[in-house]
Amino acid sequence: MIFKLTEEQELLQKTVRDFAREEVAPKAAEMDEKEEYDWSLWDKMAEMGLTGIPFPEDYGGAGMDNLSYAIAVEELSRVCASTGVLVSAHTSLCSWPIYQFGTEEQKQKYLVPLAEGTKIGALGLTEPSAGSDAGSVKLTAVPDGDEYVLNGTKIFITNGGRADIYVIIASTDKSRGHRGTAAFIVEKGTPGFTFGKKEHKMGIRASYTYELVFENCRVPKENMLGQDGQGFKIALATLDGGRIGIAAQALGIAQGAFDQALEYSKIREQFGKPISANQGLQWMLADMATRIEAARLLVYRAAYLKDNHQPYGKESAMAKLYASECAMWVTTKAVQIFGGYGYTREYPVERMMRDAKITEIYEGTSEVQRIVIAANLLK
Amino acid sequence: MAIWIYAEHKDGQLKKVTLELLSAGRRLADQLNEELAAVLIGRDVAALAGPLGEYGADKVYLAENDALENYTTDGYTAVLAALAKEHRPMAILLGCTVQGRDLAAQVAQRLQTGLLTDCTGLELENGQLTFTRPIYAGKAFVKAVIPEARPVMATIRPNVLGLGQPQAGRSAETVKVAAQPGDIRQVIKDIVRQVSTRPELTEADIIVSGGRGMKGPENFKILEDLADVLGAAVGASRAAVDAGWVPQSMQVGQTGKTVSPVLYIACGISGAIQHLAGMGSSKCIVAINKDPEANIFKVADYGIVGDLFEVVPVLTEEFKKMMEK
Amino acid sequence: MKIVVCLKQTFDTEAKITINADGKINDQGVSLIMNPYDEFAVEEALRIKEKDGGEVTVISVGGAKAQDALRQALAMGADNAVLITPELEVMDEYATATILAKAIEGMEYDLILGGFRAIDDGSAQVAGRVAEILGLPVVNVVTKLEVADGKALATREIEGGSEVVEVPLPAVITAQKGLNEPRYPSMKGIMKAKKKPMDKKGLADLGLEPAAVAAKVTALSYFLPAPRAAGKIIPGEPAEAAVALARALREEAKII
Repeated sequence: MIFKLTEEQELLQKTVRDFAREEVAPKAAEMDEKEEYDWSLWDKMAEMGLTGIPFPEDYGGAGMDNLSYAIAVEELSRVCASTGVLVSAHTSLCSWPIYQFGTEEQKQKYLVPLAEGTKIGALGLTEPSAGSDAGSVKLTAVPDGDEYVLNGTKIFITNGGRADIYVIIASTDKSRGHRGTAAFIVEKGTPGFTFGKKEHKMGIRASYTYELVFENCRVPKENMLGQDGQGFKIALATLDGGRIGIAAQALGIAQGAFDQALEYSKIREQFGKPISANQGLQWMLADMATRIEAARLLVYRAAYLKDNHQPYGKESAMAKLYASECAMWVTTKAVQIFGGYGYTREYPVERMMRDAKITEIYEGTSEVQRIVIAANLLK
Repeated sequence: MAIWIYAEHKDGQLKKVTLELLSAGRRLADQLNEELAAVLIGRDVAALAGPLGEYGADKVYLAENDALENYTTDGYTAVLAALAKEHRPMAILLGCTVQGRDLAAQVAQRLQTGLLTDCTGLELENGQLTFTRPIYAGKAFVKAVIPEARPVMATIRPNVLGLGQPQAGRSAETVKVAAQPGDIRQVIKDIVRQVSTRPELTEADIIVSGGRGMKGPENFKILEDLADVLGAAVGASRAAVDAGWVPQSMQVGQTGKTVSPVLYIACGISGAIQHLAGMGSSKCIVAINKDPEANIFKVADYGIVGDLFEVVPVLTEEFKKMMEK
Repeated sequence: MKIVVCLKQTFDTEAKITINADGKINDQGVSLIMNPYDEFAVEEALRIKEKDGGEVTVISVGGAKAQDALRQALAMGADNAVLITPELEVMDEYATATILAKAIEGMEYDLILGGFRAIDDGSAQVAGRVAEILGLPVVNVVTKLEVADGKALATREIEGGSEVVEVPLPAVITAQKGLNEPRYPSMKGIMKAKKKPMDKKGLADLGLEPAAVAAKVTALSYFLPAPRAAGKIIPGEPAEAAVALARALREEAKII
């Protein structure tokens, strides 16, 4: 096991870190305040090739590995969790299933613009009564001639509203339960496909979370991704990889909050000395740093396994579980270190704490991660 | 072996740094019992020999030529280097100005000698000219000498050596020299002057500076009003420049200008170390910032935690009243 | 157009400077970056290449770590990199310039670019010296550059304004902030950089004897500035604090 990044990974890390600090960080607070993303940042990321990192150059990607992708999401999330999830949901939840399960035509038509960043992607899986129980999707897809007719709603869809391309998991045969599901590629603007409610959230407020409404939405047969009956399987495989992206996001949030708290503890003086001179605070900082390192090793290892075509389901669940709980804990401690100031909008840590919470919930709650890990252990 | 001062001038006047160099040069020349000479290059500049003498020069080498009316790297390098090769001074000191930096590097290489730039200290130690200069944007300093190569060359930061008193009636011997600029490859196509009645940032005694807290270009007006009352220059932090509120030429900091005023008033500037690098050697620093934790308060001699939009206008009024008395 | 860009790796602008036990500047654990002014030079070279075609070679004098800065330039779009590691105890600007000029002498070039100064030593000398050694005209502190018909039209910052200067090529031009906005390396660029040539040389490869590059300057000692003590916060409402400050500056500091 090599604990050193390659020269390319180091240069990528530095490049994304510089970009995040100079271009994204100055906008993060305002985007969070207004619940509005500054899409010029997406255009810049597309130009840099951050929108298709792990896909081959033939499909418009950067041809880099999953570890590089995880590092990029981490560095972006360090300054803006909303930007981290924008890239992560786009890449892991929409581009990846098309890459993995798509036909050559589908890849050329959809994966290329997604990887190049000219189109933004999203995954439509969750429904009002299908959260952790993702297999019980109720949105129906009924065949009719050359098309399928979609009816139903999806909620809490990240990048919803803005995304151009959606991978939708639908039920094609209720009697077969999750074995009677299929995945479809649906483009924004397709008649019968509209957006419902925009969610106002605790955190990642600049990330668009929308309800998708399908009313007799007709989708060509060719837009089915993979085979009929594979929908749920595709969703699970997608979430396995998406987990690494979210784990990287959580890691980045934790690191960003820690960096802020460390600096502040050196500058802020009380009782005639910097607060970092107090052992209580030193121990807090030590614990924060140690947990972040542990999270990092789990995240990077999961990415490494995926890169080496080895099973990574258990490891990615461990990474997501640990990194997200770490992010929640570290950001809470960071606010504590900032004291009263940390509770105000003047400093970014309150936003980081609000941002951290969702990482324990989406793309498989911590409870679901534990189920996955245990299932792997008890195989 | 003489000590030479490059006499930089602008718009018919000697630059303040030239006079500072003469004052310091005079001290050194007296200590070493050597001659202090000034090198005056240009067109129609003979009258400047007078003040050069008053500030301490024993001799003025006057190199005049129509082709030298405007500074060009090739023209001035040719003249100064040729003069130095002929007369072999022990040292040539220049001001660390745009022109001084440009000229010194070329001349130093032509004379195959060492050059220490942007020096903030100049002493005679153990019979050697010893220079102190900042490195890492002033986060550290190095003391250095040029032990063997001659002439010793250095550019000195404006506003740090201090100005001596001119002696009325003291005159220097003017030596007219053949000024042969040779082939000048830099052809000046256009000169754009920014008209300003304010002092130049690197020479100003007082600077009023604005940062992110200014919130917009139009708000710099309140700093300009204060600057007008104080006869100050107006500067800015990188944040204000990057936001497009003010031109790059106003930037003070690591990737901007380094200034050494007597008074630096920082308004809405957080005091990132890159900014401090540019103004940390100011004699007195005043900070006005809403954020009590702003780093600038760590280095400010006087600080006001408050809204600059409320503080600055009152400050302007107070100074106006004081000036009127 | 064949363009050579001289670049240098320096400490990060945020780096904390300390003196080590040997009395030298501590470089352990310090983050290193491409000198920001050199980034403008690399970017400008790439823009010229994109407009007029040609090749960009980046060259640096430094240790093995300087490869990171050269690699960044390759990832931005430069075509070749040359690293010269002289392995000398003491270097100064004369030595650096002599080495660079010797290396560049053997190359084909129409234009040599560099940053006008480095943020570590802040010397602003090397490029000018290189121009002198190679017998080329130099224009420093340039905020705008146009290259056409064998000439360079450079807008140079002067006191209280700017000057547009024309020089014949080949020439040496140094970059000032404002010349351009350097690009971030793209991911594709980072992958391509792997395959681009990175030539490593020592003094012997250039045919230089250590005596030929002996430094003219001797550094006697390094020291840190006395820390500035924090002064006092003037209390009160904005208006009364302002009045108190004005009074303090007149009566206490005796500045106004």
